[in-house]
Amino acid sequence: MSNQKNTFVFNEENAIKAKEILLKYPTERKQSAIMPLLDLAQRQNENWLSRDIVEYVADYLEMPFIKAWEVVTFYSMYYTKYNGKYLVQVCGTTPCWLKGSDQVIKACKEVISPEPNTVSSDGLFSWMQVECLGACVNAPLVQINDDYYEDLTYDTTKNVLQSLIDGSPLSIGSQSGRKSSKAVS
Amino acid sequence: MLKEKDKIFTNLFGDEPFHLRNAQARGDWDNTNELIKKGREWIIDEMKKSELRGRGGAGFPTGLKWSFMPKDSKLTNYLVVNADESEPGTCKDRDMIRNEPHKLIEGCLLASFAMNAHTCYIYIRGEYFNEAVVLQKAIDEAYDAGLIGKNAAKSGWDFDIFLHRGAGAYICGEETALLESLEGKKGQPRLKPPFPANKGLYGSPTTVNNVETIAVVPTILRRGGEWFSSFGRPKNTGTKVFCISGHVNNPCNIEEEMSIPLRELIEKHAGGVTGGWDNLKAVIPGGSSVPLIPKSTCDTVMMDFDSLSAVKSGLGTAAVIVMDKSTDLVKAISKLSRFYKHESCGQCTPCREGTGWMWRMMEKIGNGHASSNDIDKLLDVTKQIEGHTICALGDAAAWPIQGLFRHFRDEIEDQLKKTQAA
Repeated sequence: MSNQKNTFVFNEENAIKAKEILLKYPTERKQSAIMPLLDLAQRQNENWLSRDIVEYVADYLEMPFIKAWEVVTFYSMYYTKYNGKYLVQVCGTTPCWLKGSDQVIKACKEVISPEPNTVSSDGLFSWMQVECLGACVNAPLVQINDDYYEDLTYDTTKNVLQSLIDGSPLSIGSQSGRKSSKAVS
Repeated sequence: MLKEKDKIFTNLFGDEPFHLRNAQARGDWDNTNELIKKGREWIIDEMKKSELRGRGGAGFPTGLKWSFMPKDSKLTNYLVVNADESEPGTCKDRDMIRNEPHKLIEGCLLASFAMNAHTCYIYIRGEYFNEAVVLQKAIDEAYDAGLIGKNAAKSGWDFDIFLHRGAGAYICGEETALLESLEGKKGQPRLKPPFPANKGLYGSPTTVNNVETIAVVPTILRRGGEWFSSFGRPKNTGTKVFCISGHVNNPCNIEEEMSIPLRELIEKHAGGVTGGWDNLKAVIPGGSSVPLIPKSTCDTVMMDFDSLSAVKSGLGTAAVIVMDKSTDLVKAISKLSRFYKHESCGQCTPCREGTGWMWRMMEKIGNGHASSNDIDKLLDVTKQIEGHTICALGDAAAWPIQGLFRHFRDEIEDQLKKTQAA
């Protein structure tokens, strides 16, 4: 346990959202709100959760810290360290691999960092390989924060990353110019 | 080929907006209360007549599943929609959620009414953030229009829908793990029995259905169970959204008639295999959990539950992963082994330890450092995992490996010998 006093609280907007989230579940089943509340807290804290924040959320839901920590460590979308402004998650599961996810990883290594889970020198990004993102007919793809960039190549991956560096992100979705998951005819 | 007029998902690709007024123009929410007035038994009966089998992978008859829900329980009944789409190869629910959310919401109302549930939770995978935003907007539209909420669609039935986002765990697609997750815990599957229909969410009777299963309900009830069962073959009926990924010229999602020949599906809708049909090596026909089938089987097999199980594979989620002759099949399956190792919840020892062991052995074979004995040992371990875990993740990790060696063992052993001789 750290001796530091816990300073995290939901900001005004999120305090309202947290109350709305609780209304989704039976009053005696507050623990059901742990996932959305951890997500809310994480969004308030540059997309990562410190132990203090998890303690705050556990207290908020009147549940033991360890139960909340179990949830944090079980699911892959809670992060216990800072990952840069943009977290680039490259899908490397079979459908993406068949369509060239190795090339997407190569582009990430060159632009962001040779190693995964390492924040780039400018603090903007980190990348990691993840398992199936569920957009397999638009493979290969990456998830950057909340958004999917699909139908990638080595070059278009670099374009997407460069657009983030330039501060004018490319449109999300397919980068090959097609609409959603419709076949190009 | 399925005619346009018989497609259920006319806006699957989002050519039109998802909004309520657009959905209504496409026929959604048309006199929903008339369907409800026909009563619970009528709805379940039509679902049985449709012979719809669950679209999440297991293929259990939907009408029968609904009939398991207690009719006069003092507890609260729940419908939970499984939108935790994570089976590698599968991305059909995503399109329904982002482009046809009102089909899903209307289906939730009808299914919940049929199962005496006033509350429905939709559990959507956390990565589908933008899809969850769309779905929440559509839910809000439905509330504002009085289609759900108190006296939903003027049916006299009070009905609420809540959206719950997951946080990146494949195992939460297993229905009892999903319920644990919804209760705010680690997503570890429960021992069954009791089955969710008796003790599900918060210990109450619960039915968990896949997105596609629920989203086709309104159309089935409007056009009749017999209309739906006129497609496909007996016990393998209806239309189905297929996901075609991998080595095809035009990967896509497409709604087609059940039992369509695999070759026709790929050639008519996905522009054919890269390099032509004869360049095909193998297909995983139903998402990562089902064994692959070699080209010789692909030549004739039909895409439905029974014909794929007859060739020792399965329809699963109808996610067709195509691999041409350039594919290193050992690597392709090893990537799946890595997936299962990553996604094992850690509860059962055979799966927790076995998935990692199988992956390492697959890598060893892929690197050319293995012997024929290693393959025997690996296959033996797959048999020890299969059937020895609480949920089917252990089976799902074992089957792709078994399928690979069932069809390609000689070829892989030849390759090993060549690598070792060099």
